[in-house]
Amino acid sequence: MTAKNQRLTLVLLALGAVVAAALLALSALRDQAAFFYAPSDVKRDGLPLGRAVRLGGMVEAGSVRRAADGVTVRFVVTDGKATTPVVFAGIVPDLFRERSGVVAEGSFRADGGFVASNLLAKHDEKYMPPELARTADGTMHETSTLDR
Amino acid sequence: MIAEAGLAALWLAASLALLQLALAAIGLRAQRNADELLVAVRPVAIVQGALAVVAMLLLIVLFQQSDMSVKLVATNSHSAKPWLYKVAGAWGNHEGSMLLWVTILGLAGAAVARFERQLEPRTLAATLGAQGLIALGFYAFLLFSSNPFERLSPAPRDGQGLNPILQDPGLAFHPPTLYAGYVGLSVAFSFAVGALVTRDVGRAFARAMRPWVLGAWVFLTLGITAGSYWAYYELGWGGWWFWDPVENASLMPWLAATALLHSVTVLATRDGLRAWTVMLAVVAFSMSMIGTFLVRSGILTSVHAFAVDPERGAFILALLLLYIGGALALFALRVGTVREGTTFELVSREGGLVANNLLLSVILGIVLIGTLYPIVAAAFGVQLSVGPPFFNKAAGPIALVLVVVMAAGPLLRWRRDKAGEVVERLTWPIAAAVFAFAALVAFATPIGVLPLLGLSLAVGLAVASVAPLWKRDLRRTPLFTWGMVVAHLGLAVSLAGMACDSAFTAERLVALRAGEATRVGPWRVSFAGLSPVIGDNWSGLQARLTAERDGRTRLLFPQSRTFADPPTVTSESAIATVLDGQLYTVLGAADGQGRWQLRLWWKPFVTLIWLGGTLVALGGALSLVGRLRPRRREAWT
Repeated sequence: MTAKNQRLTLVLLALGAVVAAALLALSALRDQAAFFYAPSDVKRDGLPLGRAVRLGGMVEAGSVRRAADGVTVRFVVTDGKATTPVVFAGIVPDLFRERSGVVAEGSFRADGGFVASNLLAKHDEKYMPPELARTADGTMHETSTLDR
Repeated sequence: MIAEAGLAALWLAASLALLQLALAAIGLRAQRNADELLVAVRPVAIVQGALAVVAMLLLIVLFQQSDMSVKLVATNSHSAKPWLYKVAGAWGNHEGSMLLWVTILGLAGAAVARFERQLEPRTLAATLGAQGLIALGFYAFLLFSSNPFERLSPAPRDGQGLNPILQDPGLAFHPPTLYAGYVGLSVAFSFAVGALVTRDVGRAFARAMRPWVLGAWVFLTLGITAGSYWAYYELGWGGWWFWDPVENASLMPWLAATALLHSVTVLATRDGLRAWTVMLAVVAFSMSMIGTFLVRSGILTSVHAFAVDPERGAFILALLLLYIGGALALFALRVGTVREGTTFELVSREGGLVANNLLLSVILGIVLIGTLYPIVAAAFGVQLSVGPPFFNKAAGPIALVLVVVMAAGPLLRWRRDKAGEVVERLTWPIAAAVFAFAALVAFATPIGVLPLLGLSLAVGLAVASVAPLWKRDLRRTPLFTWGMVVAHLGLAVSLAGMACDSAFTAERLVALRAGEATRVGPWRVSFAGLSPVIGDNWSGLQARLTAERDGRTRLLFPQSRTFADPPTVTSESAIATVLDGQLYTVLGAADGQGRWQLRLWWKPFVTLIWLGGTLVALGGALSLVGRLRPRRREAWT
């Protein structure tokens, strides 16, 4: 094999590898990317069953209940237009509280409830997940109009 | 005064960076007096580095003195903070961390100028010119949009404090280590640009670049390993890698640097893969820049994203496009002048290294797409996130194929080898892997396919990685061979730890009253009660846990801490390390009926992950010493 041919082969191999990576990644992304839902999105678009998603909104006031085992928590997430009941077993984040924003990772059940495997609350007083910032702003705005 | 002096040092350093670039550019074109111009580039680079160090030191002094008239100190520090966090707090914020970036960049440029003796003078000058151009961009970024020395008037009585999650000894080491890695790759990039400018891509260039790639790679490996352990014990989630975009931002340069490290060896020893190595040097630095952009632009939300300021994001993006676009354009223009290297057969050491490079590139591509996809989707109004299921499924199998290549590679001969003989040399590794596989299937509780294959291949790789020492005089074995053996063995160790963690971890989530007990794995953990605890700038509660196993007991005190400035609650996990793993405990909240939540994990052999990572870095360090030593001997004779 001459040097030129070998270089051509290597270039083709490299290109092939890049294309393979892109195809593999994109096909896996279609199955595995977790889309973000607000409760009213579910009402409008139907339940995304059988895949991992994120649900975001505010924890509804007075909705947090602890189960008898001491580690399971039930609460309701609202975006001002619709609500979704959530069940979570685990240690809730330090900044998880009622009337505060939350993003739950997990999946929907056929009955419309959400089983969370992980909860994300604001990182601290300054930072919050960007999805949350958006819904939280919207919700606050709407509540204040309702109050008036 | 100190702040003004720091700012002045930055301006001076910036103008010297400009001078460095100009001298190199004019010197390379000049017909007369060219040598004098090119020689002058060296001292300029050294003074520029020294000035950057001065600026960084002055900022640390300001933090140390808690000078609240400086805006950065006022917004990120507090007079009651412990000493260590005042020093490290200097880079625990956006402006300070960018200053640390250019400081390390300046130091690296100065080191190249001072110590590099192999490279042809014109190529060295071009390299330093490229380094000056990179530094100039970052100085501009600091001076025009992220001035760390900005004053605040009137000065507040005290500062707003440092994010408590960052108040950990890890802050003192993790950012400087990772930045040293990023910046080391910028040096490799400058070497590649220099060699392209003077059309000098060959073995001398590869030999000059190799120690820098090795050094950068060692620092990246250490930074990632330390960052992983930090996240593991600080977050209290029991995981050691979350495929968080910020973690990926450090993994991508590492993957590229690993590929570069192997291809530069082919270029240095066999004079092959010339254009490919130059291209990889460009890609590796691009990944550092993308990492810096992702982390520093505020486009991601994490503990790493200090500033949410679109102007800064745009500035870094512009720098990124300028450097990478410029380098790629230069590459496209000059790649024709890079002569073909020597050829080799498919089954050969070179062939194995090409396979290594291709597989690493594929993994890099997957991680890059997975990391950027949510950002691109957000631009189109779709909110989504890409997490562990994607990365494990897409990159995991390819990583296992790479492990097979890794086992075989060092046992291949340069230039040409016979497939049959290679398999023969691999008899013992294959036997070990098959034995491990059979034993796991027969005796262990059923485990997933990836952990099963991972653990078997780790055993095979461990055997294969020490095989190059077989029947050799160990005292005459060169240090860089030892380095390769240790690094590959380290990867096997780390892989075994990852597989064990995902296969055998036991988890328990309970709410207990004082005096009650529970079981996790082989441990019986009893909860004696809670007691208050006070720290330097926090107060909290700690649980008293007694863990018992085979008659021996360990005490653990997981805490929940409340910080006043800024007001935050964090949980501190407590970990008991034993020879065969770690018991990991986290204190949760009270359930309102006198019980406290506890989350417990028994993680067999999880420590192997970081032990392996450290071995990998040690292997790199051994290679680096081995590569630097013979050169010094030449200098003596």
